[in-house]
Amino acid sequence: MSDLTKLSLAAARDGLKTRDFTSLEVTEAYLKAIEDANPRLNAYVEVAAHRAREMAEASDHKLNSRDGGPLEGVPLGIKDLFATKGVHTQAASHILDGFKPEYESTVTANLWRDGAVMLGKLNMDEFAMGSSNETSHYGPVVNPWRALGGNKDLVPGGSSGGSASAVSARLCAAATATDTGGSIRQPAAFTGTVGMKPTYGRCSRWGIVAFASSLDQAGPIARTVEDAAIMLTSMAGFDPMDSTSADIPVPDFAAAVERGVKDLVIGVPREYRMDGMPDEIEKLWTQGLNWLTDAGAAIKDISLPHTKYALPAYYIVAPAEASSNLARYDGVKYGLRVSGKDITDMYELTRAEGFGREVKRRVMIGTYVLSAGYYDAYYVRAQKVRTLIKRDFEQAFADGVDAILTPATPSAAFGIADQDMNADPVKMYLNDIFTVTVNMAGLPGIAVPAGKDAQGLPLGLQLIGKPFDEETLFAAARVIERAADGGFDPEKWW
Amino acid sequence: MSVDNETVRRIARLARIRIGENELSAYAGELNAILGFVEQLGEVDIEGVEPMTSVTPMALRRREDKVTAGGHPEKIVSNAPLSEDNFFMVPKVVE
Repeated sequence: MSDLTKLSLAAARDGLKTRDFTSLEVTEAYLKAIEDANPRLNAYVEVAAHRAREMAEASDHKLNSRDGGPLEGVPLGIKDLFATKGVHTQAASHILDGFKPEYESTVTANLWRDGAVMLGKLNMDEFAMGSSNETSHYGPVVNPWRALGGNKDLVPGGSSGGSASAVSARLCAAATATDTGGSIRQPAAFTGTVGMKPTYGRCSRWGIVAFASSLDQAGPIARTVEDAAIMLTSMAGFDPMDSTSADIPVPDFAAAVERGVKDLVIGVPREYRMDGMPDEIEKLWTQGLNWLTDAGAAIKDISLPHTKYALPAYYIVAPAEASSNLARYDGVKYGLRVSGKDITDMYELTRAEGFGREVKRRVMIGTYVLSAGYYDAYYVRAQKVRTLIKRDFEQAFADGVDAILTPATPSAAFGIADQDMNADPVKMYLNDIFTVTVNMAGLPGIAVPAGKDAQGLPLGLQLIGKPFDEETLFAAARVIERAADGGFDPEKWW
Repeated sequence: MSVDNETVRRIARLARIRIGENELSAYAGELNAILGFVEQLGEVDIEGVEPMTSVTPMALRRREDKVTAGGHPEKIVSNAPLSEDNFFMVPKVVE
């Protein structure tokens, strides 16, 4: 039998349905791949082999009687941020040591309802705070991509670095991920995979460990645009347990994938042409626009004047919400406890030991900007700027733009323990410069592999859409995917 | 606005994170770098702009005021580092 891990999610689903192979066979193939690769890539923090086999057998039973859901028998990886009943859920943090939820997140429950099989939990930046997957308590994830002729370990991006690495290295058919400032799209771009952050409210946040509640959204990372569309159709949906969940129907996103871009207007924001932008990113962007034009789209120059303020506003809003959300980790209800001489001492020692450096830094910034005397100067001002950022997009869409094309990241993947990035937190934050505006405005965004840099590393383009118009993004991303014509499988060295 | 060691100590206390004396200046440097970066928001004209409270134009949903969950205290405490008779145990807070 050919290598079942090489199949796209769509092909695996079809082959399972026609019984060309069983879910147990696909699941075993992935478990073997994980066993071989994980010591080098560190993409999984927990492999749920026993449960995976049980779920696969149950799926095979259904498939044998011509029954089963749209993802029946397909093995997936789940980011450690999603609550999975009875299974490791620690947001890759030391402070959640041993936490096994008594309940299931809505997004994962939707996937199991549709028949998917869980292989295990995926590594990530601690509490989704990071752009390189180096802040994890479980150590960095390694990107399956290497520079041509090089053997240096590269980061897979973050925070969904485990998801991106696992999908790229074929350690799952697709994965769940989350995106607060770029955490789906940046790692997808770094690993040559497709990452979709849907509109805020499209996927329920219930049972997802909270980072910044007004920005957090779940979405898929997959190997093809079609696979991402299939995943999102199952993940999305109204949920009364999340007060910000959108009560609107979920379309069959996969049906929109081949719709094309004829007569669509694609906006090109001049503010995304940054000073010092590498030539190859500039070229990639132009190439993407040409592909869309060739497929019948019209290009329109647009202005999003408040773009440069999105990242600074984000670094007020996100830490402020995080400092509030992470107050619950106190050594009382779950996870780590470090004893102290009184209760305050216990809180302080537990949080000092349980949180990593980046998390502490952000909780401290959040506490500072929300503290008496600074609230208006920082937090309220940032929320006003956020209104202006959103207004920029609304204006562009009102002027007839259907979707916006931008680069996904300012560069390809960089090395693990990069000196510059480690010396200056702001430099690391700049990784999200093209993606963070989308979270601030609550819009959908997709990253799709479109080319490679001089070292042979994948580069991605990003498409930004109108609220709840993920379908147009899937269609446009598919045009780019087809034109780029593959080559986004890393050469196996692990 | 510049953060000094004393401010770091105060924020750490508010955030309930113990920061050692030897770590204070490193944190002060990092926080100042971030605050310096966000300073550019001062350039933006925000006169008459409403602060964003919801990214999607939706009214917060309400539900009927009735009990919909509960009755399983053993599940609530199942992950607690220390519990007794379905209560969370903490160091003594009242003398």
